Amino acid sequence: MSEHTISVNKSVLTPFNLVAGVILLVGTVITVLRFTGGLAAVTNLTDDNPWGIWIGFDLLCGVALAAGGYVTSAAVYIFGLKRYHSAVRPAILTGFLGYALVVFALNYDVGRPWRLPYPFVVQQGTTSLLFEVGACVALYLTVLFIEFTPAALEWLGLKRARTLVVRLTMLLTIFGVVLSTLHQSSLGALYLIAPSKLHPLWYSGYIPVFFFVSSVIAGLSMVIFESSLSHHYFHHKMDETHLRENTGVTLGFGKAASLVLAGYFTIKVIGVSVANNWHYLTTGYGAWFLVEMLGFVALPCFLYAVGVRDKNITLIRWTSAWTVLGIVVNRLNISLIAFNWQLPSDQRYFPHWMEIMTSVFIVTIGILVFRFIVTRMPILYEHAEYK
Amino acid sequence: MEGGFFTLQDFMTFTKGITYILMIISLCAMVGFWLFLSERDTDQTVEEPRHHE
Repeated sequence: MSEHTISVNKSVLTPFNLVAGVILLVGTVITVLRFTGGLAAVTNLTDDNPWGIWIGFDLLCGVALAAGGYVTSAAVYIFGLKRYHSAVRPAILTGFLGYALVVFALNYDVGRPWRLPYPFVVQQGTTSLLFEVGACVALYLTVLFIEFTPAALEWLGLKRARTLVVRLTMLLTIFGVVLSTLHQSSLGALYLIAPSKLHPLWYSGYIPVFFFVSSVIAGLSMVIFESSLSHHYFHHKMDETHLRENTGVTLGFGKAASLVLAGYFTIKVIGVSVANNWHYLTTGYGAWFLVEMLGFVALPCFLYAVGVRDKNITLIRWTSAWTVLGIVVNRLNISLIAFNWQLPSDQRYFPHWMEIMTSVFIVTIGILVFRFIVTRMPILYEHAEYK
Repeated sequence: MEGGFFTLQDFMTFTKGITYILMIISLCAMVGFWLFLSERDTDQTVEEPRHHE
């Protein structure tokens, strides 16, 4: 115990902690500027470009990459793949933190954040896709919070409350899958209103389907990516079950990701074909579209398949990181790069450095909270009293 | 093909024709891909996974 205390004291001033501390300090200053000076003080957002990197990265990427929660719990509890059970809690935690940070980031992005609850109490606007997204995100964040609570309740020693919540697992899983299906696709559907603004190679009547299918890829890849990071940095926190099942989770999720990537590649090609957009492929945007499709969809699909065939865990882990990057590229393409593509470059939006710094600040908070929880609560191991 | 269509009928015939051909190719390719992905599944329990770290 004393050795443990010494090692904890020693590790406080690590390079990671110092960098995180600087980011938190700068982020706090920007936060003060944002809420005292308004959006104009820290962003390049205008009435012509009201959705910037906080929507493109924090929200679109955040929601997609938090899909591991519903993908894993559906696999384990609905499809009965119990051999992946050890991946559920880390995935739920990643999903919960992802959604919590999306809502946190929205407070920066929305001009008057105190009006965020308005859709529920003042004007429902039930024909609005944004209302549907808002309602689903709010409900799903609540579902993820309840799904996460057994770990916190075990940590706090509240057995009766924990037993009560565990009984709700199946109901919460079904509810989570329904809500995720709805809002993951609706985030894509938001762009259906802008066929003249979004480049034809990215715009499609099937864009809600593209968003949903790519969220499954993001969820599967994030579970592999997060488990490889946990394996590296929190190896000492993992119990035998987690260490034993880790390889199976990586191979199984890698195989699923490869198959879904193949399907995604197919429907994206069908999307180009249905709209007869082949001629755009020879343009500059077409080249960038091909980079996304071949480099970030077809390549990881092939690498996952080779990794699964050869049982090459390292290749699958690196491919998961590449795929996560691909999802980020896809969401940024749709929300920023291929958006307003016909405007001259001086009228295009480019994020202010303080916008980028705010996103880095929010991601850093997520990593620190994840570390805080994983080092204290039974996420990567089973609590001795509940085995 | 831009400007090559005079009626919606022309456009739909052309794009749907290409799309159906692509879908048939995709479905056949998907079977091949599934076989490529899972042909070594049977010896999963025999081989130890490789870690290159």
